[in-house]
Amino acid sequence: MKTCLVVDDSRVIRKVARRVLEDIGFEIAEAADGMEALAWCRAAMPDAVLLDWNMPVMNGIEFLRQLRGEPGGDAPKVVFCTVENSVDHIRAALEAGADEYIMKPFDGDIIQAKFAEAGLL
Amino acid sequence: MDLLAALGRARAGARVETEKAYLVESRLAPLARREGYDSIDALIAALRAKREERLIWAVVEALCRGDTTFFRGREAFAQLRDEVLPALSLRRRDTPIRIWSAACATGQEVYSLAMAAVEAKGLATGTRFEFFGSDLSERALEKAQAGIYTQFEVQRGLPIRMLVKYFENQDDTWAISPRIRQMVRWKRINLLADLSAMGRFDVILLKGVLRGMDASMRSKVVESLTALLPPDGVLVVDAEDDLSEFEDLLTAAPGRAGVYLRDPSVRPAVAA
Repeated sequence: MKTCLVVDDSRVIRKVARRVLEDIGFEIAEAADGMEALAWCRAAMPDAVLLDWNMPVMNGIEFLRQLRGEPGGDAPKVVFCTVENSVDHIRAALEAGADEYIMKPFDGDIIQAKFAEAGLL
Repeated sequence: MDLLAALGRARAGARVETEKAYLVESRLAPLARREGYDSIDALIAALRAKREERLIWAVVEALCRGDTTFFRGREAFAQLRDEVLPALSLRRRDTPIRIWSAACATGQEVYSLAMAAVEAKGLATGTRFEFFGSDLSERALEKAQAGIYTQFEVQRGLPIRMLVKYFENQDDTWAISPRIRQMVRWKRINLLADLSAMGRFDVILLKGVLRGMDASMRSKVVESLTALLPPDGVLVVDAEDDLSEFEDLLTAAPGRAGVYLRDPSVRPAVAA
């Protein structure tokens, strides 16, 4: 079973995302900020990361840059999931190594479509 | 409900799934509001009483409206981009490659193919494309022509890199770049009408149409569209549409993506 780390400071969003991703066959781990997420990845690299942008302690883009520098950190497919919807944000995410990008609000269809796009399904 | 089913069949050859009440509801409620009726029942009563052509068409359009996404049936688009278009471009040195999205709904399909054509590799230098989008619905065509999509629509089927490359963000909507938009011409066409004056098309896309048609309408549409294809032309339908009954006219390309070849004995555009 593929694993997905859901990184978001909102417990509600993590819960919604968990339900959608479990339905399409992922095993879920959760983190509330980038630092926590990085600790998870160092312990066990997931197949996928669903990543919020704005979080306390360490934000999503900073986490992504650090992740891509870790040993094995280029392996996970990273899908941003954020209210930031400007082209500048999307470009920055892609340059930092994001595979796909979801603009909130999202629904189950969008998550599924974007995970397929990233080659995860 | 019987009236709706009869209208759909007579005017557009479409099987209106009146047993799906929510579908009828979601499609007719906005129309009823727009036309100033209190309810769908009031709209239908008016339809019955007045038999007004304009209103009848508005109802038929609303009932037959296709739901579509960017790159729906992505295997077919990959096959077109990587095999069909490069092969056609080598044979169309002096004439443009003509592509018709025959039930284009709100335009996602024809824009997807225009983007795929821009991204295609191995095209002969100087290859020109002409894209046409047609639909039964004026309202769908207006939206298609505007090329403006909601954030929800651009997240269904469109890879994020293509969004950034081919769209401009305007508040909460995304507008397709003028470069792509200007590649396409639009026209309202009923596929049950006489299509013989349409001219030749190298690629015709017909998605979201056949499965809603009964057998005789299906044959009519497939036959009249196929008649517009040159020997190396291609008809693209939904992957789940089975056209094996038309084996005299069309042969499925390998891959089962809904790509059909006009004449496989002419070296097919799609590598076997």
